[in-house]
Amino acid sequence: MTYDYHEPREVAEALHLLVKHGEDAHLIAGGTATVLLLRQGLIRPGHVISLRAIGALSGIGRAPDGGLRIGATATHRQAERSADVRALSPALTNAFASVATVRIRNQATVGGSLAHADPAQDPPPMLAALGAAVTIVSPRGARSIAVEDLAVDHFTTTLAGDEIITEVIVPPLAPGTRATYVKFLPRTADDYATVSVAAAMRLADGAVADARIVLGAVGPTPIRARAAEAALAGAKPSRERLAQAAALVRDEVDPLDDLRGSAEYKREMARVWTERALLALVEA
Amino acid sequence: MTKELLTLRVNGEARTVAAEPHHTLLEVLREELGLTGTKHGCELGECGACTVLVDGAPVLSCLTLPVAIGDADVTTVEGLARGAELHPLQTAFAEEGAAQCGYCTPGMLMAAKALLDENGHPTRAEIAQAISGNLCRCTGYTAIYEAVEKAAKSV
Ligand SMILES: Cc1cc2nc3c(=O)[nH]c(=O)nc-3n(C[C@H](O)[C@H](O)[C@H](O)COP(=O)(O)OP(=O)(O)OC[C@H]3O[C@@H](n4cnc5c(N)ncnc54)[C@H](O)[C@@H]3O)c2cc1C
Ligand code: FES
Ligand code: FES
Repeated sequence: MTYDYHEPREVAEALHLLVKHGEDAHLIAGGTATVLLLRQGLIRPGHVISLRAIGALSGIGRAPDGGLRIGATATHRQAERSADVRALSPALTNAFASVATVRIRNQATVGGSLAHADPAQDPPPMLAALGAAVTIVSPRGARSIAVEDLAVDHFTTTLAGDEIITEVIVPPLAPGTRATYVKFLPRTADDYATVSVAAAMRLADGAVADARIVLGAVGPTPIRARAAEAALAGAKPSRERLAQAAALVRDEVDPLDDLRGSAEYKREMARVWTERALLALVEA
Repeated sequence: MTKELLTLRVNGEARTVAAEPHHTLLEVLREELGLTGTKHGCELGECGACTVLVDGAPVLSCLTLPVAIGDADVTTVEGLARGAELHPLQTAFAEEGAAQCGYCTPGMLMAAKALLDENGHPTRAEIAQAISGNLCRCTGYTAIYEAVEKAAKSV
């Protein structure tokens, strides 16, 4: 196995290389997933195109509207430590800080994580719960897609072979919005989630004005719990009501049996951790 | 297979090696540069045995392509001691019995060095965070925490 390694400095040059080499090209950012795939012979590209020297893809900052722009090659560690991320949402900081170990966080990038689309990853459910969108460029121009709609199956996204994620945009949160990220880790602290729950809720006049609940690791993609959200909309967030809403996620998730537990166990843990997340939001 | 010439800055020295492009930093350090202190463990990013510092930040050399490092500074466990003088972490690991079989030790030392370089007085929770995912099958970790705490007092 051998390949040519390219390190373009401009997005246009990276796109040019992607078009030129077509199926034979593979993008790499932090490399934590790609190096494993290369080593195991699961991908055999003739051309590996690194994004890390493209300055325009890096950095994290506040957007003029008060939201956040996270460059595709920003590492999880940079996001975890960013004062701008924390100012927008400490729950988002927590989601980045929940990823594996400090070493993985130093290497893995925010764009790489979204493109990799492992449903057990931590940042994507939280980004989806906060209504974030990714910007994607190709030779045909730029498009924007909600993080929620990017992944379509295990390790599969709507990204075409000639598309590059350039940034993630998190909109400003409506005043009064609370958010939380909880990761259920019954085995070791550096594991992937058995179940994770990202939730954002806005209360107005003592009732739920808006709620978004996205679960990780319990389906082929992060799962938006729409029935639970609907059960909360407009309601007074009593303990009973939160418990009723959380019970609905059992039928919204689609977990697999694996070494982290049976599908039935994960359904039950999805209910339990959703209820805890909602309670934490209301009692915050 | 075509080998490519590559210059890396390792432990303060520029080293030019002929490496196959798909080889990881771990393989290049051990096989091309003879720096066998960095250990091969899982090669899946899960055990921390291969931890080195790149520009001071701990990374997994088994998941790093040497071409991607450019002119960044790589520090391996061989770069810890100053001549015959051990790094305080090395002394503390020896004194506290924090190394038994020693296989995890180079990775532990590098993870702990990255922590102490940033935070001279870490709490036990911060030490646990920093070495989370550095697996040790022998010590039960307590002696490692104690060694890092002891070293923190003397750096
Ligand atoms: C042992 C281990 C444990 C982990 N645990 C967790 C965990 O608990 N939680 C968690 O959230 N994550 C975890 N991760 C990280 C996660 O699984 C991915 O490896 C990581 O997020 C990928 O990011 P990267 O920048 O390294 O991607 P790369 O490996 O560089 O790329 C991944 C994929 O995305 C594509 N790609 C990269 N950047 C772009 C872009 N800008 N545009 C389009 N395509 C792109 C690549 O072509 C490739 O197909 C873990 C990883 C490992 C190795
Ligand atoms: S050998 Fe690199 S993490 Fe195990
Ligand atoms: S001392 Fe043996 S693995 Fe840690």
